[in-house]
Amino acid sequence: MEHILLRHRDIPDLNNIDVYQKNGGFAAFKNAVTKMKPNEVTDVVKNSGLRGRGGAGFPTGLKWSFIDNKNWPHYVVANADESEPGTFKDREIMEGNPFQFLEGLALASYAVGATVAYVYLRGEFWQLGAFLDEKIAELEVAGYLGDNLFGTEYSLKIYTHLGAGAYICGEETALLESLEGKRGQPRNRPPFPPSFGLYGKPTIINNVETFANVPMILAKGADWYKSIGTTDSAGVKIFSLSGRIRKPGNYELPFGTTFRELIYTHGGGVQDSRKVKAIMPAGASSSLITVDDEKILDTPMDYATVRTLGADLGSASVIVLDDTVSMDWLVNKTVHFFKHESCGKCTPCREGTYWMSHLTERIHGGEGSRADVDLLLNVAKQMQGTCLCALGEFSTMAVVTGIERFKKDFDKAVKA
Amino acid sequence: MSLAKKYPKEVKQILSKYPPEGKRSAVMPLLFLAQREEGYINKPAMQEIADILDITETDVAAIVGFYTLYHDKKAGKYRMQVCTDLPCALRGADKFMDDLCDNLDVKVGETTEDGFLTLEGVMCLAACDRAPMFQTQGPDGIKYHENMTIDKTLELVRTLKNAIGQGS
Amino acid sequence: MSKQITLTIDGKQVTVPAGTYVADAAKMSGIDVPVFCHHPKLEPVGMCRMCLVEIGRPMRDRSTGEYVMENGGPKIQFMPKLETACTNKVEEGMVILTESAKAMNGQKGTVEFLLTSHPLDCPVCDKGGECPLQNLTMAHGPGKSRFIYDEKLHLDKMVPLGELIYLDRERCIQCARCVRFQDEIAGDSVIGFDDRGRSMQIVSLSDPGFDSVFSGNTSDICPVGALTTADFRFGARPWELEAQASICTQCPVGCNTTLNTRREAKAGGNIVVKRVMPRQNEEVNEIWLCDKGRFAYHYAEGKTRLTKPQVRKDKKLARASWDAATKLAAEKFTQAKKNFVVLASGRLSNEDLFNLKTLSDHSKGKAYLYSHMGGGELTSLVGVGEGTNFADMGKGTAIVIVASNLYEEAPIWYLRVKQAAERGATLIVLNPRETKLDKYADHVVRYDYGDEVKSVQDFSKKSKISDAFTKASNAVILYGSEGLGVGGSASLATACAKLLKDTDHIGKPNNGLIGVWGRANDQGAWEMGFQVEADLTKAFKGKTVYIVGADPVGDDPKLAKALEGAEFVAVQDVMETATTGIAHVVLPAQAFTEREGTFTSGERRVQRFYQAVPVTGEAKPDFGITSQIARNMGVILEGTSVSAVFDILVESVKSFEGLNYAKLAEVRAQWPIVGRSDLYYGGTTYENTQGMGVHLSTAAMRGEKLSIPRVQKEASPRPKENELLAVPVTKLYDRGTTVAPAELLDQRVGELNISLHPDAAQEMGVEAGQTVNVSFNGVSGEAAVKFDATVPVGVALIPRSMGIAIREPVAVRMKYVA
Ligand SMILES: Cc1cc2nc3c(=O)[nH]c(=O)nc-3n(C[C@H](O)[C@H](O)[C@H](O)COP(=O)(O)O)c2cc1C
Ligand code: SF4
Ligand code: FES
Repeated sequence: MEHILLRHRDIPDLNNIDVYQKNGGFAAFKNAVTKMKPNEVTDVVKNSGLRGRGGAGFPTGLKWSFIDNKNWPHYVVANADESEPGTFKDREIMEGNPFQFLEGLALASYAVGATVAYVYLRGEFWQLGAFLDEKIAELEVAGYLGDNLFGTEYSLKIYTHLGAGAYICGEETALLESLEGKRGQPRNRPPFPPSFGLYGKPTIINNVETFANVPMILAKGADWYKSIGTTDSAGVKIFSLSGRIRKPGNYELPFGTTFRELIYTHGGGVQDSRKVKAIMPAGASSSLITVDDEKILDTPMDYATVRTLGADLGSASVIVLDDTVSMDWLVNKTVHFFKHESCGKCTPCREGTYWMSHLTERIHGGEGSRADVDLLLNVAKQMQGTCLCALGEFSTMAVVTGIERFKKDFDKAVKA
Repeated sequence: MSLAKKYPKEVKQILSKYPPEGKRSAVMPLLFLAQREEGYINKPAMQEIADILDITETDVAAIVGFYTLYHDKKAGKYRMQVCTDLPCALRGADKFMDDLCDNLDVKVGETTEDGFLTLEGVMCLAACDRAPMFQTQGPDGIKYHENMTIDKTLELVRTLKNAIGQGS
Repeated sequence: MSKQITLTIDGKQVTVPAGTYVADAAKMSGIDVPVFCHHPKLEPVGMCRMCLVEIGRPMRDRSTGEYVMENGGPKIQFMPKLETACTNKVEEGMVILTESAKAMNGQKGTVEFLLTSHPLDCPVCDKGGECPLQNLTMAHGPGKSRFIYDEKLHLDKMVPLGELIYLDRERCIQCARCVRFQDEIAGDSVIGFDDRGRSMQIVSLSDPGFDSVFSGNTSDICPVGALTTADFRFGARPWELEAQASICTQCPVGCNTTLNTRREAKAGGNIVVKRVMPRQNEEVNEIWLCDKGRFAYHYAEGKTRLTKPQVRKDKKLARASWDAATKLAAEKFTQAKKNFVVLASGRLSNEDLFNLKTLSDHSKGKAYLYSHMGGGELTSLVGVGEGTNFADMGKGTAIVIVASNLYEEAPIWYLRVKQAAERGATLIVLNPRETKLDKYADHVVRYDYGDEVKSVQDFSKKSKISDAFTKASNAVILYGSEGLGVGGSASLATACAKLLKDTDHIGKPNNGLIGVWGRANDQGAWEMGFQVEADLTKAFKGKTVYIVGADPVGDDPKLAKALEGAEFVAVQDVMETATTGIAHVVLPAQAFTEREGTFTSGERRVQRFYQAVPVTGEAKPDFGITSQIARNMGVILEGTSVSAVFDILVESVKSFEGLNYAKLAEVRAQWPIVGRSDLYYGGTTYENTQGMGVHLSTAAMRGEKLSIPRVQKEASPRPKENELLAVPVTKLYDRGTTVAPAELLDQRVGELNISLHPDAAQEMGVEAGQTVNVSFNGVSGEAAVKFDATVPVGVALIPRSMGIAIREPVAVRMKYVA
């Protein structure tokens, strides 16, 4: 099947503006601005069934319709923070198919009446930021960005903004704080960004991949898009496949593709032909899916079905773990990540990740006791449901499911 | 060194990205600018940024402290930041890091004797399919180096050194 | 009144204003939800997660929007997760469970998390005994820590954030109350968090460290023992302290304070003041104090206290009995007849000033207020109206600040004006140079020194600013003495009063004129009928002078000289001063901490202060000393009971009509509720139980016919070539008698500097830090030059009370001295 998002894999030099234009680029945007009302754009997206690709899977069109029209100006922000361990799809989109992403961002801006949009990139994407700046400049020259676009009243500017090394800035309200020049600590919600966002103004934030879908939806229609994927999860998703896999990388597949197909047909199978022991479908924030039964690999990957395995699909960063991986080691890794990235704002996450890291360190280091494992589980559960943002909750997922679903690994670590 | 004097164009361009009520947004790009040459941000630079943005030096320091890509202390000319996070570790990043330590004769967090390189471990850089990998943070900005081996890394170090005339 | 919402908290039905947060609603109804990060004066952040409760909301039918009913009431749907009481606003029909097993479990978990890195060093902690964390640990904490003690973080314990505030990094629970106070309330973002996660630490990079005049408040609202003041740390345990209500005497705001006292071995077993704490008065200082008020109280216990009466014999002062000393004074005062002059300062109480004025009236002499500022008869006439409260000012109110740098002169007014502006009041700042309030102002007017009257008169011309002022439903003007002397400030006051009258902004609450005086009770002196005199040198010549609570000799060599020419000088003071050094009779007075009395604040609120410590030596209260002298002159003045003096005063001073001590001691219910057993809520601020004071009436409010004098335009000095215009300005921390003895503030007081625009200085060939000599009218002095680009070129700022006696703007020559 032809790619919808990773079209640069089918069309060489798609990151060249002429090539992108020749392949229908910016027709959707021009059509929208000159022929459609903003809310009509939102309606098409709503009808397409597109859900956010940043992790939470929130219906995109619905989010846009929440924008507070009593308070102006409006802003649109692209979440290009891409920091979830195991996620590397937004980067490929922006490198290979940048114009499609920017066109999606422009369409969203038009739909909610924003005249300024920001792309918030993680600071490590320093080179990519410079590259996007060039692309944005090209769009200004070509008349797709700037004042009075296509002779209409509508004007739009897009700016990039670099973060500086903080996973939490992927969380949308922390991102806004960071973009405002503050420490990237999440805000209390409500109010949500569509009513109180950047500089306190109504703001729409979406993931890069979410935006990249929009031009094709506008070009080919909501029904076309809905016909791909499952009823629960429409369209295609880029699966970032990593871990103990022969061919790691991004794979754009319709929702509903099975784990087996992703891992074996596309990923070339497990390294050293070993057995899949567990899968983390949403990066380090995932619960661990136990693959004690081969049949589990036949589960279709969409938001609803993956949930039946006691995990979330999230950003679909599929980390494959084989039987060489012991979960006490893995949990020690993830807990260290979250301890390092905890913003420190709320008590349970700040103290809990710190406490858990002491315990996982001891357990993985062979100096733990059974009681330490119980305590670790208890501390993780004590954190659950009490943190200010989802990061704290994320930090407990692998811990709880690791201990509950892979008891033997911990027994061994403690005994050794 | 005064940013406003040395990089007037850049400062102006950075400020132009944000609305007047959002002037403070410029703090992060200005910090990257201030860090460009020495690889860290000193007190006068923080003070100058604070003055430009009508915030306090403490406000600026709080930003520097929060984000890992800003440094308030001098280190090697280049920082080599190896991802040892879960996905990379599943593909041998920890071993790669150990080997690097041996070859560069430093421990993680240390700077080579010639003051050229500081070796650091970092969290996921969104390059999990191309491990082992690291980024360099230096006078030429932040750059990714993927699918690395020890040999390729040592070669890179030689090239970087030659580029600034520190090669032996 | 705002909309009311009814909800149920722990089975109790409560009705509170819409917009109230659940934690506050609980507090209002007597239920304490534990909090750490939440403070009723700060924006909610929901970060500590201490206030976790179960929240249920009435279910609505999606299609009809009607309540879904169950058992005769709306069906309540509880959220699966606990929620923070501090960030959720009340909703009609909400059901809150703060003590359910689930809620308690969540709260217990938070305490345990907080304790993982807390040192639990309560036995040696200053906060021990008034520590919310300690209290909550007792109430909600786990019995034993499951965190291995050896793995606890060990951090620095005595980190000076500046020389006034110390941080114990181990005890900090990262609630950010201090940081948020500085950002939101003080507007000085000079402390912040470094790093993130568990490594997050409070730091200050300002110079000097923690550069804010409000820093002490952070130690009150810090819910643990992380922030302590250099003054009180290791000073005493809270439970050993006695508490007595008082009023701050450092500026005209009249902040309500509580003096904490204790018997002290170091003080020879005497009872001394250990700290000054804010006492809640939402109409005056809310729950805050500035650092000057908090730390500069030590003067009353200084080594130079006068303890016995003295009489000059053979050129030397020798101790005398009260009888002998007052008789001598009485004899001289009687002889003087009309040549009797009283010079008193606003450090005295209303009662003291009343007795002094009465005595001077009997002799047909003069009673002068020792002040650099005039215009007080106008503040008595036109404002501010009874019931004025900055807290009520917002949209619809215009506030004008003219010739005053409130941050330095009356810090708590600065806070309150800033907040009013943030609530929507139109703030207009008129000043010759930048001040901190400019940032919050809607309009900033820069006039040249000398043009202050004109800048006010310009309001009568049509402009955006005058429009905003005229049309405002309420308007107050605060005028000060930046760059002005007695005459200039009096003219300015007249211009302001006229403007207020012409625009009908008088005779109502939140309207009228406020003087930003130099001393706590200057307004009281004006009410008693004192006057100011621009040229005291003439006033002293050949006169018999009774100086009370003032040190003209120490302040001004010219006045020292003038007093040499006086016939007789009696000096009554708390401390030895240069003036007592030249006196014929010295009369030791009690410090305000040793007696009772009342002060009248700049807003014309009369407030009581109480005795907190025993009397020093043979000192007597000022009104009593005056009465004793008077008796020896055959004049009967009340001298024993201070409240009796007040009762007499009330009979003759119209604005005091109807007042008595009991009324002044009344308290009204206040929000937020502070100082109860749950110290985590409001902080360690004291609850007000001893009086919130009463506003005096204004002539305008009494409906009297007002005659405002014509504005006397002062001729401002014109510097010639090679001259600069030197102007006096006020600095918060100066070398005044009540500040200098507080060694803790030495660094903030600093050295005498003359501020010049860098261009002006360069033209003179002077570099920053170099010493210059200034001379004018026979006064001369040396000072280091400070560059300040906000000072107009051609002007030199000379701070008052820092060593060079400058009473008026004056043309000066400045010479570079190596
Ligand atoms: C800790 C945390 C990290 C996140 N990181 C990212 C991220 O790197 N990129 C992203 O697009 N969304 C991230 N999200 C999700 C965003 O908060 C937000 O839901 C998303 O940007 C919305 O866009 P979408 O609706 O298009 O998915 C993160 C959320 C949390 C709680
Ligand atoms: S859960 Fe963690 S990351 Fe989120 S606010 Fe709390 S401390 Fe910060
Ligand atoms: S989270 Fe509510 S008091 Fe801190």
